[in-house]
Amino acid sequence: MEESNVILKVENISKQYRLGTLGTGTISHDLNRWWHQIRGKEDPYLKIGETNDRSTKGTSEYVWALKDISFEVKKGEIIGIIGKNGAGKSTLLKILSRVTGPTTGSIKTKGRIASLLEVGTGFHPEMTGRENVYLNGAILGMTQKEINAKIDEIIAFSGCERYIDTPTKRYSSGMTVRLAFAVAAFLEPDILVVDEVLAVGDAEFQKKAIGKMQDISNSEGRTVLFVSHDMTAIRSLCPTTIMLKNGSVYKIGSTDEVIDEYLKISVSEHDENLKKSKFIKEISLETNTINILDKLSVELKFRDRFEEKINYCFIGVENMDQKRIFSIGTHLDKEFSGDFKPNDKLICTIDNVNLIQGSYKAMVAIGTNIPRANLEVIHDAFSFKVINNDVFENGMSLNRQQGEIIYKSKWLINE
Amino acid sequence: MNKEQSWLYEITPKNNLFDLNLKEVWRYRDLLFLFVKRDVVTMYKQTILGPLWYLIQPLFTSIIFTLVFNKIANISTGGIPPFLFNLAGITSWNYFKDCLTETSDTFKKNQAIFGKVYFPRVIMPMSVVISNLLKFGIQFGIFVCFYVYFVFKGSSISPNMYMLTYPVVLLCMAMLGLGLGMITSSMVTKYRDLTFLISFGVQLLMYVSLVSLPYSLFKENNLTWAVDYNPVAHIIEYSRYVMLGEGSVSQFGILYTIGISIFVFFFGILVFNKTEKSFIDTI
Repeated sequence: MEESNVILKVENISKQYRLGTLGTGTISHDLNRWWHQIRGKEDPYLKIGETNDRSTKGTSEYVWALKDISFEVKKGEIIGIIGKNGAGKSTLLKILSRVTGPTTGSIKTKGRIASLLEVGTGFHPEMTGRENVYLNGAILGMTQKEINAKIDEIIAFSGCERYIDTPTKRYSSGMTVRLAFAVAAFLEPDILVVDEVLAVGDAEFQKKAIGKMQDISNSEGRTVLFVSHDMTAIRSLCPTTIMLKNGSVYKIGSTDEVIDEYLKISVSEHDENLKKSKFIKEISLETNTINILDKLSVELKFRDRFEEKINYCFIGVENMDQKRIFSIGTHLDKEFSGDFKPNDKLICTIDNVNLIQGSYKAMVAIGTNIPRANLEVIHDAFSFKVINNDVFENGMSLNRQQGEIIYKSKWLINE
Repeated sequence: MNKEQSWLYEITPKNNLFDLNLKEVWRYRDLLFLFVKRDVVTMYKQTILGPLWYLIQPLFTSIIFTLVFNKIANISTGGIPPFLFNLAGITSWNYFKDCLTETSDTFKKNQAIFGKVYFPRVIMPMSVVISNLLKFGIQFGIFVCFYVYFVFKGSSISPNMYMLTYPVVLLCMAMLGLGLGMITSSMVTKYRDLTFLISFGVQLLMYVSLVSLPYSLFKENNLTWAVDYNPVAHIIEYSRYVMLGEGSVSQFGILYTIGISIFVFFFGILVFNKTEKSFIDTI
């Protein structure tokens, strides 16, 4: 690709935050900083600071939420940004949308950036839906002329025609969100920066929203930066993905590759979660990659010693959007009984996983059956991946929009 | 070919300090207008008296001031009817006060919006100054009504040609109020103490701004130093002079006030520009 196609260039962006509360120390730091500045010296507090790892306790009051982020975006590209909580996604978005400035580095752009960090920014409950459309549109950078041209479409898209001249304080929260998203959907900036705003409204509206996003990016050739935890949405919208970890770019590449890497890192986190467990030493799966109709087999190995009497185990499987898909437990197997003793192995099998291809993770709870109580809950205890290795034996497959559960079906005609 | 020139804009840690960014403000002029509209439309929603509140406040304040200062404390306002004297002072003072107090919490009040979307931040305080101008217009209208009434009653008040300079007076008030407001709003992001300082500081300032106490009173008591260096006092005295034909106006006072207003305004912009970039991290 030619150099001239680059529409957005991010160079060595870093962002430092001060931890703790602002208090008496602030003035002295400010004065010290100012004193360095007038003597032409570098800010003394820029040198210190540590990488941003939420779970370990640091020694300095300053942390780097972002450290030396650099990447380029070409015109018309749709880029996903993923990362754990606290990896720096939101900070990066804030800097891109000019809500806050970077501590060092620069971002150069050839187009106007509009950001959707939230829908309905600036909505005033006392004003009517129509007035709010104008206000919100203007806040997002549209001119009155642009809004005039699109107002009918916006209202139609929101599905709030009937209430459009009623103050928004009379709206249900869902209606407000629909109206707000409708305004956002008709934004036409050169570069659109989107935070997980898709997770609003009911299922029907979400579908409409994702469809609109796809339209924007496919047909109109818009450049989009899309931050999400929803791997499915990322996969369906973005060909390229950036993964952030502890404030730095961990990997840039094709979405499938990056998401695989992301999940691999999650696996190592399962081990972290298990380390803290009182009862369970190890969880192993017969295989981490399961074909849709194959069996899922989990083996839980108990620790060498524990005092409590435990005889109940529960597993809840979630998809990547943190939505619980199904639950299984020892209490649901009428043939199972007995207490778990140290060094026991507990094996659980499901005959066939009827789940759509994708990644799943599970929480495990251990406790007592009577009375039923959890003594320990391990979130993110293990994960597995479901693939469609020609389940229907004819090269066909289904996608997530068609449902999360897959069955093999038999069809007969006029028997 | 010079590639660097083709960038539309650049996001960097530092702002150009004196950059008013007028081009961008102009691009967002619709937003400015909509904010003004929002302020005006929503101010008195669900009140019975609605915009009448714009009138009630200065009228009642004037009545009370007249009772307390002129009837009870017997302060003389020269040949001007005390009520009109007070009303003139309060009308002008209110505009300055509203500009100052309502812009002084710009960052704090709007952090929800500022934290999510970028637009030139200066739009917010500007919209406050403009929507207050509307309110001032209404209050000025009621002042004119009383003015005409007193003229018919035969009071010795006479406007003069300097009346035509009144827009400059308004501009000075707006610049002073906006400038001070921007300075405080910037500092409030870090040091909340200023919120308290402003709310009672403004109250105290009123007494040395010739709003209800005439200049002659300060002279009698050898306290002119208290008002001589107060630009707001000069503004209010001047506005009273052009409308009622009485007051002590000096050339020094006028130039001093204009100078201070311009200085405060630009200093306000400087501080505001420095703050807007990263206030969201400290607020």
